[in-house]
Amino acid sequence: MQSTLLNKMVKGLSLALVTSAVSLSAMAADVAPAVVYSDAGKFDKSFSEAVWNNGVKRFMDETGIEVKEAEPTNLAQVEQYLKRLAKRGHSPIVAVGFSQANAVSAAAAAYPDAQFTLIDMVVPEPNVQNVVFKEHEGSFLVGVLAAMKSESNVVGFVGGMDIPLISRFGCGYEQGAKYQSADITVLQNMTGSTPAAFGNPSKGAELTRTQMEGGADVIFAAAGGTGNGVYQAAADAGKYAIGVDSNQNHLHPGTMLTSMVKRVGEATYQSYKAAQNGTWAPGVQVMGLAEGGVDWAIDEHNRGLVSAQMEARVNDVKAKIIAGEIVVHDYMSDNACSY
Amino acid sequence: MIEITSMNDMWLTLLLTLDATLRLSTPLVLAAMAGLFSERSGVVDIGLEGKMLAACFASATIAHFTGSPWLALLAAVAVSLGLALVHGFATITHKGDQIVSGVALNILVSGLTIILGLTWFRQGGQTPALTGEGRFVTLDLPGSELLHSVPLLGPLYKELISGHNILVYLAFALVPLVWWVLFRTRFGLRLRAVGENPKAVDTAGISVNALRYKAVMIGGVLCGIAGTYIAIAHNAQFTRDMTAGAGYIALAALIFGKWRPLTVLVACLLFGFLQAFAMRIEGVDLPVIGSIPVQIIEAVPYILTVILLAGFIGKAIPPKAVGRPYVKER
Repeated sequence: MQSTLLNKMVKGLSLALVTSAVSLSAMAADVAPAVVYSDAGKFDKSFSEAVWNNGVKRFMDETGIEVKEAEPTNLAQVEQYLKRLAKRGHSPIVAVGFSQANAVSAAAAAYPDAQFTLIDMVVPEPNVQNVVFKEHEGSFLVGVLAAMKSESNVVGFVGGMDIPLISRFGCGYEQGAKYQSADITVLQNMTGSTPAAFGNPSKGAELTRTQMEGGADVIFAAAGGTGNGVYQAAADAGKYAIGVDSNQNHLHPGTMLTSMVKRVGEATYQSYKAAQNGTWAPGVQVMGLAEGGVDWAIDEHNRGLVSAQMEARVNDVKAKIIAGEIVVHDYMSDNACSY
Repeated sequence: MIEITSMNDMWLTLLLTLDATLRLSTPLVLAAMAGLFSERSGVVDIGLEGKMLAACFASATIAHFTGSPWLALLAAVAVSLGLALVHGFATITHKGDQIVSGVALNILVSGLTIILGLTWFRQGGQTPALTGEGRFVTLDLPGSELLHSVPLLGPLYKELISGHNILVYLAFALVPLVWWVLFRTRFGLRLRAVGENPKAVDTAGISVNALRYKAVMIGGVLCGIAGTYIAIAHNAQFTRDMTAGAGYIALAALIFGKWRPLTVLVACLLFGFLQAFAMRIEGVDLPVIGSIPVQIIEAVPYILTVILLAGFIGKAIPPKAVGRPYVKER
């Protein structure tokens, strides 16, 4: 008896929610955008937070249109969130992170009228816009800077999970370092082979210590939460570290040399804006240095570490990559770091 | 990865690997000793992981707010002890299934720490990074610089023995103490008896439940120290699921060490060494065999434990009454 009453209440409630969502979308120029953050959480100081700060928040502030947000705490919830948002008429829905690919695939097939924007991965569905980044180009730049800053001529790279996407960072970094200093040694470690490798700062710190024992004095981490251990270990030893995704220069001012930023927020903003203007299109968008999709970060926190000469050199290399004079090998094109 | 040019470099490389071994073994030793007390009394403790993780969160949170590592340690021990009592209440008082209760604790803590972290700190389930005084810092033992020039032994003292934080020394000092308590005191004798034959203990007029509660509580305290070490000594903040399976490795070490303190210590050191070794061997081309995939080295603790359980390296005989709640006959 009680359970049927409850059922009715839930049904009534969800009906009310659907109607309110429909009326909202009708009011707001026919877009009812939504976002599903990565399971690292909205305020992860890195990837998702960049989506929020530079994409979602910016769009809401500029247009006054509300973006519906979902914060899954584990991967199993992602598909439910995507489907629920699509069911309530939200579109476009931005899915943050490569690990959401399967869920987007399923949700896009179930709701062919909804538009999905997937960041960092490609799924071949007719209603999915895929935004991928040329991480190798940005990593090349920070590799050049690392090689210039290194006094030992040994630099390090700590990756998260051992997947081609992360090897792309490492391979680009190695090319940049060798471009600057042909005989440099680049030490590389992956943290592990499961997604847990993105959340293991203890191991990140140990890997960093190992690399520092091997002579490395600048270490680049592309490892999510594991990176916190890397930056801490470098700061404890007075060596330099390079952040990733968001501008992480502020985490340890004085030892954070720079950050390789990915403009995931910009991609999110553009997706919403395109939908509003009616120009949203499925397919694959590749954002490199030329498109402003990746870059290196210089601000008040690392200004003192980067000399004017270094800055000029990195910007020079950046211009050459944009002009096509330097071609950075993409690890994911042949799953090998051959250049 | 590390080029070996001379005997001295080789010696230093070995020392640095062993140094990392000590850092990585510390939480394993503490958690394995916790499991040892619990399982010797007849209570399976698969919740080591959860208790450590809760302690990690508690210590990082309190260290952030108070800036005192000692208060953080106290809070972590209290939280871990609380969880141990929950485990005890479910399995000792209410005769619940020990595995189910332990797994439930692990799942509860994994979720709860993330939710609390998200709401309190809004940093993706992390706590804010600690600066200087909130952490247990490394201690340089007296004379380490003075003795540095002494060949072989100088580096040994400086790199391996000196330069750890106090919890590392505590963990290793604890092992002989655990041995003494377990094998040389009346409490230890009764504790072992209650894990082998609780009925005999009961017949002798000693409370089985009280003994098991004591063992589980000691386990809680040790897990609290282990978690504190992981969060604010080895690292400088809490991140989600940061124990990363250390509790399960500790359980493997407990089985591999056949439930005896000194052999468990050796197992913990072996597993810690394998982790330290895996980091150094990654991507290195070795003569004859080439490069070894890291995954294989990481799997070694589990493979060794399975081989042991299959009966190839002696026999691992658990305490006879482990896993069985004690029910008085009526």
